[in-house]
Amino acid sequence: MTTTTSGHGHTWIGKSIRRREDPDLLTGRATYTNDVKLPGMLHAAVLRSPYAHARIVSIDTSAARALPGVYAVLTGREALEVIDPVPAFCAEPVVERAIAVEKVRYAGEAVVAVAAESRYIAEDALELVQIEWEPLPPVVDAEEAMKPGAPLVHENLSSNVVYDQTFTFGDVDGDFARADRIIKRRLRWPRATAAPMEPAGAVCQYDPASGRMEVYSNTNMLNFVAWTIAGTLRLPPHRVNFHPMYTGGSFGSKHVIGKVIAIAGALSKVTGRPVKFMEDRIDNLAANDSQGPDRIYDAQLAVTNDGKFLSLRLHTIDDYGAYFMFAITGNTNMMSQITGPYTINSVETGIKAVLTNKNQQTVFRGAGSDVGNWVLERLVDEAAEELGIDRREIRRRNFIQPDQFPYRMPTGNHYDSGNYPAVLNMALEKFDWDAWREEQERARQQGRYIGIGLATCQQRSTYSATEFWFHNPGPATGLTTSPESVRIGIGPTGGITVTMFSPFWGNSPETLAAQVVAEEFGVDPTDVSVTYDSTYHGLPSAGPGGSRMTVMLSGALRGAAAKVKEKMFKIAAHALEASPDDLELSEGRVSVKGVPGKSLTIADIGMKAYWFKFDLPKDMESGLEGSFTYDHPFTTPPQDDRKDLGVFYPIMGHAVHIPVVEVDIKTGKVTFLKFVAVHDVGTVMNPRSLQGQIQGGIAQGIGLALYEEVKYGPDGQNLTSTFNDYLLPTSTEVPAIEVYHHETPSPFTAYGVKGGGEGGRMVAPAAVTSAVEDALKPFGIKIDEMPMTPEKIVQWVAQAQTRTAQP
Amino acid sequence: MQEDFKNISLKVNGLTHRLLVESRRLLADVLRDDLGLTGTNLGCEHGVCGSCTVLFDGQSVRSCLMFAVQANGHEITTVEGLASSGEMHPLQKAFWEEQGLQCGFCTPGFLMTAYELLQQNPDPSEEEIRAALSGNICRCTGYQHIVNAVRTAAKEMVQAASEPVA
Repeated sequence: MTTTTSGHGHTWIGKSIRRREDPDLLTGRATYTNDVKLPGMLHAAVLRSPYAHARIVSIDTSAARALPGVYAVLTGREALEVIDPVPAFCAEPVVERAIAVEKVRYAGEAVVAVAAESRYIAEDALELVQIEWEPLPPVVDAEEAMKPGAPLVHENLSSNVVYDQTFTFGDVDGDFARADRIIKRRLRWPRATAAPMEPAGAVCQYDPASGRMEVYSNTNMLNFVAWTIAGTLRLPPHRVNFHPMYTGGSFGSKHVIGKVIAIAGALSKVTGRPVKFMEDRIDNLAANDSQGPDRIYDAQLAVTNDGKFLSLRLHTIDDYGAYFMFAITGNTNMMSQITGPYTINSVETGIKAVLTNKNQQTVFRGAGSDVGNWVLERLVDEAAEELGIDRREIRRRNFIQPDQFPYRMPTGNHYDSGNYPAVLNMALEKFDWDAWREEQERARQQGRYIGIGLATCQQRSTYSATEFWFHNPGPATGLTTSPESVRIGIGPTGGITVTMFSPFWGNSPETLAAQVVAEEFGVDPTDVSVTYDSTYHGLPSAGPGGSRMTVMLSGALRGAAAKVKEKMFKIAAHALEASPDDLELSEGRVSVKGVPGKSLTIADIGMKAYWFKFDLPKDMESGLEGSFTYDHPFTTPPQDDRKDLGVFYPIMGHAVHIPVVEVDIKTGKVTFLKFVAVHDVGTVMNPRSLQGQIQGGIAQGIGLALYEEVKYGPDGQNLTSTFNDYLLPTSTEVPAIEVYHHETPSPFTAYGVKGGGEGGRMVAPAAVTSAVEDALKPFGIKIDEMPMTPEKIVQWVAQAQTRTAQP
Repeated sequence: MQEDFKNISLKVNGLTHRLLVESRRLLADVLRDDLGLTGTNLGCEHGVCGSCTVLFDGQSVRSCLMFAVQANGHEITTVEGLASSGEMHPLQKAFWEEQGLQCGFCTPGFLMTAYELLQQNPDPSEEEIRAALSGNICRCTGYQHIVNAVRTAAKEMVQAASEPVA
């Protein structure tokens, strides 16, 4: 296994060039969904349920309809005339509609939508709607919801437990029997929400004459699943044109946004006018498809006395809320790396997915693998503590070694490459462990509590679509591809244009495209033009998600470049009377090897391709462009009995985080004194851009560890429906984070790149928890839950002091 | 609903506009929808996130918490007003250089807040920058590149100010 830490013989790949996206974003010229303004456009607003669980007895919209400036008022029942249920990717019969019919299943579910000449008038109209409710008892606790006789969220299901399955990989019983000790923890991962700064939205423009609809929306998977939204809109997919929009962050929350598009689309169909529906923040926090896992774990790690990990048993109850859009994807996702960077022989994972009267769980950056990392690292820290082995040492004893790759882990997924000891060593070199231990000791003598955290975690990237269905029993079926496409065109004057079919969502796809094309054609990245295209012209592109875009776009770009270069070489060979094999492309020029004078520029070749048919080889088509659809580089199907899930998430990154915190035991405040993060995501395409992604992910991880939680009251009310209640970390909570890159290239991808978009958030919660626990070690406090809010910390310390005070 | 319109005059990015607006209409909506200055973004509409920050007579305000009629006769600067003669402001250049943004949605608010900071304190420390920016939320960057960008811009601006005019 080759491991490099710098340099890979590239000119543009690996350079921190300035982003192509930024000038428009910095000057206010970028067009987000809310900036779209069409002639005659109406504005929508949505009335949301005040109850978590209630039957709609009657709705009187007459006063709302009579308000001047109101064009349409739609109840759920009226919407049945124009739209179908929103897309759901679950096998279970859990049906969700954009506007509720008959009953509501969470506080904030849409009940009535209005289109009016302004958002102000639309909201005025909502106040005039009269609804008679029959409140039903809500189920807001997953364990209560599982009990026989609990009120049913969906009456067509016999139980709120919508999915209940245990997967066993390897000889778990045997390994547990052989173990010297079983490490056991009951762990609680909190419901959090993506909360991108831009809420979801859509402008839909339906043309009744042609039956076509134009959709301007920040949905992310437009060339992948938009055809399913067309189904919701009750239109043939080839008559719905989704335009890619600049997207103000997603973190998993904007993959589909079916409800938002369906509401704008239904109102446009009814009024015959373009309609904008933009969530406001309260819409977003109440009802966006953006909430993450909400799990209770019974977790067990079987170990030997010398600290060797043998087997893992994880049983979870996961609160999915009222609907089941992506089924248990968050749980299948973590099966790709459930045993972490360690050689664990076997694993058992039981999943009980429970429906409750809350906004549904979908995916949020990490998509469940963030949870798996935290659970495993909690067990590893506890094993170190119980066995009296240093936390660094116990990890070293269990790391998969560099010569073991590609490594088949127990579920059947493979890890492509890695060098975990080297990444840990690099982190420890950047962090002076012994000095901080001394500092911790000095501080304790002064009554201050400093803690050092350590987490060594996987960051899987580049999903294969099997993760969306392998939890269903039986032979392989369903969505089985995850492609990404680009088109590269060279014009008659030699200008290169790249067209992408997934939108900008906050990462750097334009910059990446410019860098790869510059590398492949020997031109300057600033000379490359980069654009996006809509679904009418789009090629298959699954879009951002699962840290896949840099890997998949790189593969697509390299493939398209190869096609274009092949044609360029044929044209040049014909003109220069040479064999294509004797040609080389460098610095924007195709030359005969060893004969520098005999060459053509890219512009020369472009001009011939477009204008001089007689200069082209016989039977060659005019023009110079190439499209390439890159499919997943390495995936295999699951076995029918699901004892082996196949290879589904093999492009495996790794990271080590070492934060130092100081905990004020009087106020419960946690302050960071240092934070070192080393990430290995293969070849780094743009170090500064990746560094920003990692720092941002760590900030979200810090938010989850210390502040963020979507809370519901006993009546099912969302208690965190504004940014006054749902607390996001700011510049005074997030420290300066030292990020270092280690590079172990992937053998399976273009240029050896791996995905790094989620890594910061996938590792930081484990590291921060470890640090806080280390700080509070003098009190014997074990941390089994997040967020570690000031109130909880003060309470834990008080309880510990009471325990020690008692005889 | 009782309708209540007022004639107002707003000087935005140096240009004076006369407008008839409903009294309840937010300054943000007037800037975005009536004047087409969509660089100012709405992230929460309850005054927490800071994405909609603009300058009101040179002072940073949340345009989602202010009625347009309250701005009658005052000067507003939005992100579109930072660049001059097609050249980006040193803050914008520094954000580009340091990649002080990812999705860019919160960025106009950060730029306006940072602009105000550097007017008041041309050479702020990292701690002062973090304190000044703590009323703006960014969900992408983790703030470090933003802080770096403000420091870089401060250096540039101090240096430019000290150079003799040719």
